[in-house]
Amino acid sequence: MTGSSTRALWQSHLFAVGMLIVPLAVAAVLVATFGGVVLQRIFIVMLTNLILVVGLQLFSGNSGLLSFGHVAFVGIAAYGSILFSMTPQAKSLALRQLYPVLQNVHLPFLPSLLIGAAIATLLAAVVGFPLMRLSGAAAVIATLSLLVIAHTVFINWEEVTNGARTLFGVQQYTTLWNALAWALFFVLVAYWFKETATGLKLRASREEERAAAVMGVNIVRVRWVAWILSAFIVGVGGVLYAHFITSFSPVAFYLSQTFIIIAMLIIGGSGSVAGAVVGVVVVTLLTESLRAVENSVNMSQAVPFTVSGLSEMFVALAMILILIYRPAGIMRGREFVWPLWRARKESDS
Amino acid sequence: MDTLNDVLQFSINALSLGSLYALMALGLAIVYGILRLVNFAYGELVMVGGYTLLVLGAGWMPWVIVALLAVAMAVITSLLLERVAFRPVRNASANTMLVTSFGVSILLQNAALLLVSPRAQAVALPSIFTQNITVGGLTISTMNILTLVVCFTLLGLLTLFLTRSLLGIALRAAADDFTMTRLLGIPANRVIATAFAISGGLAGVVAIIWTGRVGSVTPSMGLTPVLIAFVATVIGGMESLVGAVVGGFLLGILTVGLQSVLPQNLLDFRQAVVFAIVILVLLFRPQGLIQGKYARERV
Repeated sequence: MTGSSTRALWQSHLFAVGMLIVPLAVAAVLVATFGGVVLQRIFIVMLTNLILVVGLQLFSGNSGLLSFGHVAFVGIAAYGSILFSMTPQAKSLALRQLYPVLQNVHLPFLPSLLIGAAIATLLAAVVGFPLMRLSGAAAVIATLSLLVIAHTVFINWEEVTNGARTLFGVQQYTTLWNALAWALFFVLVAYWFKETATGLKLRASREEERAAAVMGVNIVRVRWVAWILSAFIVGVGGVLYAHFITSFSPVAFYLSQTFIIIAMLIIGGSGSVAGAVVGVVVVTLLTESLRAVENSVNMSQAVPFTVSGLSEMFVALAMILILIYRPAGIMRGREFVWPLWRARKESDS
Repeated sequence: MDTLNDVLQFSINALSLGSLYALMALGLAIVYGILRLVNFAYGELVMVGGYTLLVLGAGWMPWVIVALLAVAMAVITSLLLERVAFRPVRNASANTMLVTSFGVSILLQNAALLLVSPRAQAVALPSIFTQNITVGGLTISTMNILTLVVCFTLLGLLTLFLTRSLLGIALRAAADDFTMTRLLGIPANRVIATAFAISGGLAGVVAIIWTGRVGSVTPSMGLTPVLIAFVATVIGGMESLVGAVVGGFLLGILTVGLQSVLPQNLLDFRQAVVFAIVILVLLFRPQGLIQGKYARERV
């Protein structure tokens, strides 16, 4: 009996993960083979967003706490990594006031990536522990405060960030393949984390805080572990993003990016990794098709002004409609289950 | 004499900014008190007021009427948002309401971006917004006096409304214990709509003063007021209307104080300091300086 049920359990896990990983990998191969430059760019940005949303899901989805602060760690890791990945020549051009100690440091991409993400993780660990005591609106305002603090520092720490101006001269290390590898790896990590003892305790605390505490769950501690892990994941996402677009300013790590990843997570459904992945894909399809509309309208000069902001507007609208009519998101907090129609039936009841 | 003037100058600046911040905070707190909704879209009500000034302020009607219309537009927008976006999620979790308001905020910002312009646009304002008057060696901008007068009048009127009228008393009761208030026969929809109307009205007044200070409007102009309101309500106490006002004044005094004390290179980091204070208050005194009567327990 145990033998067959263990096997069934493994099969269901395998199917749930496979449904996330295989389509992404197949799409990547197709885009690499047949897609043009534009499509490849869109796909890579989608993969970096996927890493951010999966990271956010690992924390918010399992703990039930909303975070407006994760993009701060995205930015910290991005700015942290370029200090090591940029060549001394590029630094002397882009960061004129950089401290002499950092001026001549130059490391390959992977160590730079890990250092950037480690800085973000370390900071998350330090500020996170007290923050994990907060719930509800207080947690949201506290994490939003983190974002504002990080943004203020990015804008004013000219030595390291070039201030509010655009930082340029970052080498493009991110490719479709390393972005894909990290994205798939973190999908696996997020899926695995849900099933670990810490993940289960965290989900229990999300469902019923007091009951979980009574059962001996150290809520602050399990939240903290998820917070640190998710900061590392979004940190890696930030490094990959920075080394893909190669020039950016602090605005890239502020409220619009926060909105996009929260919208992706809410639309897909924050309760499952499948929700995160589906949300990213759906929102990317939506924004890119609207951007295409914007561009063709602007190119044809059909209207006397420049159309912009259309895609954000529709994403916001989609998110509000989801919150009103399907608050648990498209996936309703479920992973993919074989056969697919059964999942739909169960969740309807 | 000089030091006396400095003190007076400082007091007027601090009080004027503080009273403005108090209005901002009050507009946010009055909705939070009843619905536990942290309304991100509050900043966009300010933006709507600002753009009304821009669109109507071409000088073909008296400016007072333009200002009143700006307030009216903010009130209408606030009521509309309550009906269309917030009422359907009223019984959902606090997070759902909050994310909804964040979505509404982004939606309105981008609507302004799309329909008007992404660029900052200068608003033609009457000269009263830019003049200075000199009293015995003391230079005061009429803007500061106007802010003081308007804000204190509004705070006074609002206090009268909240303490003397049935609807106002019902509103305060609802902020303390909404379920109990409903059980006593107070219609929920009317109380909530009143709260949103007041919130919109305050946002409209803030929009006029804020536009007067900045001189132009942008689609994202509501961000700073809403962040200020967050900070002030958290410091003062999110559950209490008095707390919001106290928090607003404290933040105004702190802002003007830091401005005259800190050197320029540290001044740039002022915002980081203020938000670090917010986190500390949330951690060590989550109920804020002034506790609501029925403050709820937090973990």
